[in-house]
Amino acid sequence: MFEISNLNVFYGVIHALKDVSLTVQEGEIVTLIGSNGAGKTTTLRAISGITPAKSGEIRFLGQNIEKVKATKIVKMGISHVPEGRRIFPDMSVLENLQMGAYLRRDREGIREDMEKIYARFPILKDRQKQMAGTLSGGEQQMLAIGRALMARPKLLLLDEPSMGLSPIFVQEIFKIIKDINETGTTVMLVEQNARMALSIAHRAYILENGAITMEGDADQLANSDEVRRAYLGG
Amino acid sequence: MDFSWLTHFDSFVQQMINGISIGSIYALAALGYTMVYGIIKLINFAHGDILMVGAYVGYFCVAVFKMPLILAMVVAVAACGVLGVLIEKVAYRPLRRAPRITVLITAIGVSFLLEYVMVALVGAESKAYPAGSFGGGNLMLGNIAVDIQRLYVVGITIVMMIVLQFIVKRTKIGKAMRAVSSDADAAQLMGISVDRTISFTFLLGSGLAAVAGVMMGAMFTINPLMGMQPGLKAFIAAVFGGIGSIPGAMIGGVLLGVIETVVTASGASAYKDLAAFVILILVLLIRPCGILGKNVREKV
Repeated sequence: MFEISNLNVFYGVIHALKDVSLTVQEGEIVTLIGSNGAGKTTTLRAISGITPAKSGEIRFLGQNIEKVKATKIVKMGISHVPEGRRIFPDMSVLENLQMGAYLRRDREGIREDMEKIYARFPILKDRQKQMAGTLSGGEQQMLAIGRALMARPKLLLLDEPSMGLSPIFVQEIFKIIKDINETGTTVMLVEQNARMALSIAHRAYILENGAITMEGDADQLANSDEVRRAYLGG
Repeated sequence: MDFSWLTHFDSFVQQMINGISIGSIYALAALGYTMVYGIIKLINFAHGDILMVGAYVGYFCVAVFKMPLILAMVVAVAACGVLGVLIEKVAYRPLRRAPRITVLITAIGVSFLLEYVMVALVGAESKAYPAGSFGGGNLMLGNIAVDIQRLYVVGITIVMMIVLQFIVKRTKIGKAMRAVSSDADAAQLMGISVDRTISFTFLLGSGLAAVAGVMMGAMFTINPLMGMQPGLKAFIAAVFGGIGSIPGAMIGGVLLGVIETVVTASGASAYKDLAAFVILILVLLIRPCGILGKNVREKV
């Protein structure tokens, strides 16, 4: 359903992504693993139309989207949970969720989806009137994911959802991602926590210095010596 | 200095109403500064001149087309709203990725442009709205005579602020404004068009400036450079209240008006600007981000 081929992105003279190609099939969780600065976030930002690509193609549901504006990409069905959550701290939890549904006009459907999100994250319902900035890190991550789901995405991009969370919350967030995927949303997951990411993903790509160096089934990569040495701590 | 006005209840009330009405005008103009700053981090130095254009549009509506003032105000709001959106599109949007100082200098350029285009179009001499166009006379509150125009100013300002609060808090586009000013990238990821939201902010801010401009014009006289003084004062009010904060601009504006009036009423009118600036400096020494301003945003 989704395919990137030979994507190149530059920040000034820095060549941030070098001929990156990858595919995501409908229903999959695909993870993109790599160390800090490898280009994981850049890949997601290029997909979402925030950072322009210099060359290469991005195709989603048969359409080329590398030149499409960010707002249109959301409308087409790609939601992006950015690194560091980026919730709107001075808006209430409810307003944050409403912003997620910004482009939708179907009041009824929005209400249903909000109920679903509250069922998935009851804590958000309890705090719906509270300013989002007062939530804990884990709650903010839930809000960020809930906000992205409010757009009813076909493809969900997650950037480091486990960053800065306590180990218990990390477990919780990965369980939620798995569950979101099982209820029909395709997921592309960018992570530094390779162990957790590989444990829930179907397939994985390893990104180093802006280029894909390995790809394969998640189990297979989790067992490869190279990946174990570099990303799983032996 | 003469503080006797403080001991006479009637003159105290009159002076407070004067202060609040002047402050209301500052507050209306300060809102435009603060909203634009909140969303694109630009001090829009042309903002005071938009107020001036509003005053002229209102003047022509009343003097030439014989409209009632309230209708003239509506026309001025529409005209200035369009003007603000146009200025943003033509002058500021192409510089979205330029250094901030570039945009600031452009804003100063736009300010001069508006001033001297108006001089060329309508002449530099002062004009006055036709007498009585803004009501007149006094209203007796018990045995205190209050200038009716001042009450109109306060009333209209309160209505505008309620409308603004409603737009910003309740409507979709208002929420988008808050989202973009809090985090433009994240807002884009929600599908919010940042450019359209910025245009709307200019529309709103310029419309409020037009209201202030028409009221000022109707109470005093108008000329193409009349926007400089209230523009500067409104800027101070916005910083005073905490730039980027809408309630801050309202409070900052009213406080500034009251302070000036207190100084003037005490017989030191020559020093009213001095007093305003000294208080501004003191506030900023104690609270560098203004009364309601925030420190650097939390990044988790």
